[in-house]
Amino acid sequence: MGCPSMTQSQIDYSDVQGLVRFGYKRMTEASYVLLRIRDVGAARSWLGAAPVTTAVAVDPPPATAMQVAFTAAGLKALGVADAVLSDFSSEFLAGMTEDSRSRRLGDEGNSAPSQWAWGNSGSVPHLVVMFFAEPGRLETFVATSTGKAWNDAFDVLRSLDTGDLGGFEPFGFTDGISQPQLDWEQQRDVAGGQIYYTNVAALGEFLLGYRNEYDKYTDRPLIDANARSAGLLPAEDAPEKKDVGRNGTYLVMRDLRQDVRSFWQFISRKARGDSAEIDKLAASLVGRTRTGDPLVPIQKEEIPGIGPQPDQIRQNQFTFDQDPTGAGCPFGAHIRRANPRNADYPGHPTGLARLLAMAGFGPRGFRDDLMSSVRFHRILRRGREYGPGLSPSDALLPAPPADPERGLRFVCLNANISRQFEFLQNAWVMNTKFSGLTGENDPLLGNRETTSGRPGADNFTQQKDDGLGCHVSGLPQFVTVRGGAYFFLPSLRALRYFTS
Amino acid sequence: MTPQASFMILAAIDPERETALRQLLASMNHAAGRVNPNNSLIPFGQFDKLHFARLLIVDDKTINDIRAYNLPPVNYPLYLAFLGDVDGDRDTLLEELARLAPNGLRSIFLCCEGFTSDTDLVAWMKQHSTPSAASYVNWRGRTVRCIREEARLREALEDYIEGAAATLTGLRSQEIHTHLLRFLQAEASSGRLTLTPEDPTPLGWWISNFLHLIGVPLLFLLALPILVPIGLIVLIRLRTLEKTDPELCPRVDAAYSNALALLEDHDVTNQFTAMGSLKPGIMRLLITIFALLVIDWAARHLFIRGRLARVRTIHFARWVFLDGRKRVVFFSNYDGSLEAYMDDFINKVGFGLNLIFGNGIGYPRTNFLIKDGCSDERKFKEYLRRHQLPTQVWYDACPGLTAVELERNTRIRQGLESLSMSDQEAREWVALL
Repeated sequence: MGCPSMTQSQIDYSDVQGLVRFGYKRMTEASYVLLRIRDVGAARSWLGAAPVTTAVAVDPPPATAMQVAFTAAGLKALGVADAVLSDFSSEFLAGMTEDSRSRRLGDEGNSAPSQWAWGNSGSVPHLVVMFFAEPGRLETFVATSTGKAWNDAFDVLRSLDTGDLGGFEPFGFTDGISQPQLDWEQQRDVAGGQIYYTNVAALGEFLLGYRNEYDKYTDRPLIDANARSAGLLPAEDAPEKKDVGRNGTYLVMRDLRQDVRSFWQFISRKARGDSAEIDKLAASLVGRTRTGDPLVPIQKEEIPGIGPQPDQIRQNQFTFDQDPTGAGCPFGAHIRRANPRNADYPGHPTGLARLLAMAGFGPRGFRDDLMSSVRFHRILRRGREYGPGLSPSDALLPAPPADPERGLRFVCLNANISRQFEFLQNAWVMNTKFSGLTGENDPLLGNRETTSGRPGADNFTQQKDDGLGCHVSGLPQFVTVRGGAYFFLPSLRALRYFTS
Repeated sequence: MTPQASFMILAAIDPERETALRQLLASMNHAAGRVNPNNSLIPFGQFDKLHFARLLIVDDKTINDIRAYNLPPVNYPLYLAFLGDVDGDRDTLLEELARLAPNGLRSIFLCCEGFTSDTDLVAWMKQHSTPSAASYVNWRGRTVRCIREEARLREALEDYIEGAAATLTGLRSQEIHTHLLRFLQAEASSGRLTLTPEDPTPLGWWISNFLHLIGVPLLFLLALPILVPIGLIVLIRLRTLEKTDPELCPRVDAAYSNALALLEDHDVTNQFTAMGSLKPGIMRLLITIFALLVIDWAARHLFIRGRLARVRTIHFARWVFLDGRKRVVFFSNYDGSLEAYMDDFINKVGFGLNLIFGNGIGYPRTNFLIKDGCSDERKFKEYLRRHQLPTQVWYDACPGLTAVELERNTRIRQGLESLSMSDQEAREWVALL
């Protein structure tokens, strides 16, 4: 499986929406327009003609880009047959706001769907059209792309503006540093246990229709070949079938309001206003300094999928192996939760040691082997900020009347929402028992409301090599969910199939 | 050490009383998936030796799967199962049940066939007890009382540390250990903290456990001359069957899955019940019996300190044969969400999972019993969810505590039982706090 077999074809970038391959960083302006379909015929014709940007690399890069993704309700409204629709993943079909799901995602209390600005029962979008543009060009791009045909086709549910804070997220930390590298060439060998952390992910983790980290194809709608489906690519694992999912993926969108004032005021209070202490505590909550340097030393050994750019190596060539006590980067720090950087076995065992580890006779330290292997739980983040920037020092000032909302329009891509986004959110970010801890969840993202499933979450511990760790208690909730939905980001071929 | 036991009372439900029974069971909960520990039928909270308990209607939705082998489905009765994991022996617990909840139990069992208002409760429960084919306990001999005392110890230490932060910060681990040891001694002598010493291990238990430890492998060795040729034949035959055995892993009905999800994630620990029919034929039965024997032996002697192979999230689990070993039910109490639980299984103990569950009708295709199978992750997850049963009533004596936390608390107590430690030991111990 290391070598591409005959059934594995070269990826057709012109069939993939560009967002899977590019973050469109140069296009600092963006707007996500949530729509409901007003007229199916008009919607199909607008979508059929929409200049959706592909993943083909062009030189010079385009100045604008447009991406389109649908919710389950949207595909239904577009007239996609139930038999096709029902083969999409169950979490996509059920949506983000299903009750039991909210409990698992931590969307409770003031983050509960009933409190959302959009995405709850009354306001589920059918689709999102994402506009990206280089500075100064968004307005024109949106204006020329919309117009009468657009107005006939859609009702605008909400237009989500975004901002650009120059590579920083609203709390003031460098953003988007660590991303998995997709194995576009499909060279990754996932057979057998992986004993070292890698940053390369099987293509099937992020694009449907390809082999994933289990060396399997994630379920997606496969349909009979006929005149209507003729334009679709065949399924690699069932060549007689047409693959509706191929070159598409799922897009998770969540509006996360960040209380930047509360964040810095809390830290300043705990650090008694001492600026060096403020920096230290803030960095330990995140696991990186504000400029993005990790709190554990980088390693000499290369990590597949990291580098060769010096910045990448400086910021990402590390695992937490060098920090088994959490004295460098606390166990509960945001980046250690979001990506524990482990492999399939603790301690890289080979030969007999590996067999023993498999049978449960590996290392028996309290924190050994607590975490699931990270390679099954990666997400590709494509979020953008919204609202005006607020520097940490300004954040210490009292809020003016009508302080504008700021936060993150979190977007991530994954082929299996339940195993990737939802697992990460549930088992790592919101989990108050993560990594042998008690009473703390993600210091940035955590919902602090106490429930029976989340007993106490407002603590944070900085471990030490020798001696008692430093407990920080009374963490306020810094992030509130304001809206969200699960979308399917189709391939260009599937988009034509949906709209023909 | 206090020996532990489990009980499972299984009785056919009187079809006319099923609705009444469902209502009774529902009345024991605050809401779906959230038991009222002081409910009037079985006030679980009053039992100080009961770890987990559950009541469920054993309603197997997959009995028709046997049609895939061109065999007619069997019309099994609908059962009520009432099971629990206890400190001490089973019969004492059954007697305690009859003493503390006679009326509630009677009204529940009256919905079952063969139970009348003058039936002897204890005798009937014993008569309807169904043994496990294999069972697992996270930490052998750790009693409910011990769990609670250790949890209180940790809380007391935490509070003390918070108050004494000025003194303790900056101290080295050895010094902190000495300091906390003094605190514990003061608390214990004033009666504010209790750490009950372990009960002596009953001699009878010790002997039977030892006999089991050596007896099972010994019998295995003795039988080896027969087992080897049988094993070879079985393997060859198995390999052909594996290639043709049907896979039945369709997408689980969303309504069914949602109904199950409604009962989950109300606490950090969850219940799981799944059942299915064995693939037809003596060979699959023999493999299952053998596999469960091995697991039971390993769980009893090797995996007794917080880990079932690599899995650290299971509190109690068991496998039970039903209906003349035609069907198997699996019960567990685990931490985290079902998705995480299944991932743990697939990624950490996939081989063991295949070995046992692979003999169930419709399981994702295995290769020589232990390979492949659940590594077809999506199929496996659909398979498991499809075979899962809703658990109408589920009680956890120590909610809010994961198995890993219980281990941490135990390690904290153990550290306070030793008067001196090496530097390294002291560091590791202080890191638990």
